[in-house]
Order: sequence, then structure tokens, then C-alpha cells
Amino acid sequence: MPVRRRAVCGRVSFAAVRGPAYLPPAVTPLGFILVTFAASLVAGAIGSLLGVGGGIIVVPVLSLVFGIDIRLAIGASLVSIIATSSGAAAAYVRERMTNLRVAMLLEVGTTAGALCGATLAAHISGRWLFVLFGLMLGYSALAMLRKRQEHADPASAPPDAWADKLQLHGSYFDRAVQREIPYRVTRAKLALAIMFVAGVASGLLGIGSGILKVPSMDLLMRLPIKVSTATSNFMIGVTGAAGAGIYFARGDINPFIAAPVACGVLIGATAGSKLLGRLHSRRIRVAFVVVLLWASAQMLWKGVRW
Amino acid sequence: MSEPHDRGEAARPPPQIAPAPPAEDPRVRQVELIISTLLRAGVVTSLIVIVTGTFLTFAQGRGTLSSPDDLRRILARSATFPHTPGEVAAGAATLRGEAVVVLGLVVLLATPVMRVAVSAVAFALQRDYRFVAITLVVLGLLLLSFFLGRPAH
Repeated sequence: MPVRRRAVCGRVSFAAVRGPAYLPPAVTPLGFILVTFAASLVAGAIGSLLGVGGGIIVVPVLSLVFGIDIRLAIGASLVSIIATSSGAAAAYVRERMTNLRVAMLLEVGTTAGALCGATLAAHISGRWLFVLFGLMLGYSALAMLRKRQEHADPASAPPDAWADKLQLHGSYFDRAVQREIPYRVTRAKLALAIMFVAGVASGLLGIGSGILKVPSMDLLMRLPIKVSTATSNFMIGVTGAAGAGIYFARGDINPFIAAPVACGVLIGATAGSKLLGRLHSRRIRVAFVVVLLWASAQMLWKGVRW
Repeated sequence: MSEPHDRGEAARPPPQIAPAPPAEDPRVRQVELIISTLLRAGVVTSLIVIVTGTFLTFAQGRGTLSSPDDLRRILARSATFPHTPGEVAAGAATLRGEAVVVLGLVVLLATPVMRVAVSAVAFALQRDYRFVAITLVVLGLLLLSFFLGRPAH
């Protein structure tokens, strides 16, 4: 399938941004393992709290600090996405922070989109998509920041036939405020469509596992921010697995790189997942907005520098 | 708490309180616990196997895993490592460090897929056939992506 091979190359357009030949620092293999492990601990903790994959940290460390080929770096970042998801989701599901039904429904959109995106990648230039998604993320960041009231009255959510029929509503116990927070889900159909678009973007550009999911659950479906990040965290494992299978079969997952990434992220994510319940929602929101702005800037930069 | 979050919702329907929290349904709780346990088992298994493999790699690579040049060789795009099922199985059977690490990575990558499959069974036990269908669609798309992703030979 020659189309497919080109498709996956299209995803790796980051290479254009890497600049001149870079001489990696003189470290021993053991030093590399230790540094990568430490960076992955941080990536796992942040990723588990914000519902993103940690690629934002892992990819720059591997490609900029160690000068590792971008494909191998993306392969390692897919491993990091799955490790973040599985490491934290065990705790989030047990604590009922994850909305399993919302996650399952939206996964239909993301996996279908990712499949289409990877197929389309051979035919579409990513440049304008980077600019488009960069602007979209920037807008989401501002909208999320403006949403001041964390726990809106569940009754104020517009009624939604899909959410009622599929019983998507739920509640969770917020340990920061020590009470049960009920919520009603809305605009499920629109969110499913947006997830398809998000899936296409991640298939095309290799970006945004969680970074596109959290805003749509927060802004459209009106899930509480903690439920949004925990549910996104749960979903990214499946999206990541689809991509990782492809990279793995091609031999782009180097065990020497993936081992410290997987171990660090698993431990970091497990530790981070113990924190989410206790942190105040407002802090999670502000931290997410910062990461969102950072990702938006990165994407716009890639589009401009194409 | 009661002030409307959105503007223009004067005509909103009378307040409906969210239905009973899912935790009160023991069957839903059971699904959550099964999924959580499965994820934890996958995570712990892969972590142990990957750490073991890393130690084996260093133990077996004495002399070829010590200098920065060795690192450059290992991290190069051209470096080869086991990535087909046959290579992984053969290497892991003889406890080759790299192959053991890859085995642990395979367990890690398989965990989310297993999670989707188990969810389908769990929803079926709850007689929630709408969600069985949704979950099976996700599983089908996931397997399709593995199939499409196989490299051309």
C-alpha cells in the first residue's frame, strides 16, 4: 500500500522546523536513560492532570536536546500517550472521575477521524491546517479562561435528547470542595462531530490527543473541568494505540528510547492521578489554558515556518 | 450556584435534577472496577517487564553501552531492533534485553485495546445494547487501523 506509507510520512512534517544539523550532547547511554526518565516523570504527571498525552514535553526533549530523529521521537510520544492514559485512568475510573459513557461515545468520533486523517494525509498539505488549528486552540484557550463559574447549576444546561437517551449525565465527588458534583451533559451530537474533526487533525498532523478533546468537553458538553481532563485522559489511550500500532509495525518505536519514557510516564501519571481530586478546579483550568496557548503557538509557528 | 451560567436562557425548562449518580448502580460500579483493575494489571505488568528488559540490556551490552558514541549508534534512525512478532518472541524466549523491553511495550500498547474489548463485554452484561454497539464500532475501527497500518512489503 504505497499510499499509506506516504500518508504516514506526511504526518512528520515537523522535520522542516528542526533547523540546522544539531550535535547531540556527549552523554553515555545510562545518562540518556536517566535524563529521559526524569523528563518523562514530569510529562506523565502533567499529562495525567490535564488530560493530554505528554508529547508536548517528550518530543522536544528527545528531538531538541538529544537530536533524535523526529519519527522516533513521535513513536516515543505515542508510547507516552498510552502510558499516561493507562497509568492515570485506573485511578480516575475507580474514583468515578471519568465519564465512561461519554468517553465511549466520543471515541467513535476520534478513531473514525484518525483513520480518515491518516488516509487523507497523502493528499493534503498540513500547512493551513496547522494555522487553522493554531487559531482554533488559541480561541479555545480564551473561551476556557473566560468560563469563571466552575460548577454551574446542572439544570441550566440546555436539554439534549442524545445525552438523555444514552444516559450520559453523571456526578463525581470533588475532594477539593468535599462534595458530590452532579452535572448534565449537553450537545452530545455536536461534540461527536467535533471529535471526528479532532481525530482527523491528529491523524493528519500527529497532534493534539487531549489538547483538542478537553476544550470541547468543557465548552460544548459542559462537563466539569476535572471530568473533562479525566475523560480525555481515558480516551487518548485508544487514539494513541491506533497510531502506536502503525509506528511499531514500521520499526519506529526504539526500545532504548521507549523504555525510559514508558517507565517515567507510568510512574509520573500514577502519582499525578492521586493529585487531581484534591486540586481546585480553577487551578486545573488555568494550567490547561497555559498548555493550550503553548500548543497553539507551536502550531501557528509550524504553519508559518512551513 | 443558582444563577444561570449562560445568557438568553430565560425560557429554559423547569430545573431537572440529574438522575441518580451512576455509582449507586452496582452494575455500573462493577464495570468501573473491572476496567480499573484491567488497566492497573496492564500497567504493572508492562512496567515490570520493561524494567527487567532494560537491566538485561545493560547487563548483556557490557562494553558496547558505555560511551556517547554507543548512544549515537543506538539512537540513530538506522539502528535496528526487534519489531516483528517472530523477532520479539524469539528474542524474549532467550531473554535478550531489547526483545524483553519490546515485549513489555507490546503489553502496554495492548492495554487500551483490551480495555475497549472488556468494556463491550461489561456493557453486554448490563444489557445496555446501545453501548455494546458503540463499543464494538470503536473496537472495529481500532482493529481496522492496525490492519491498514501494516507496512507494505
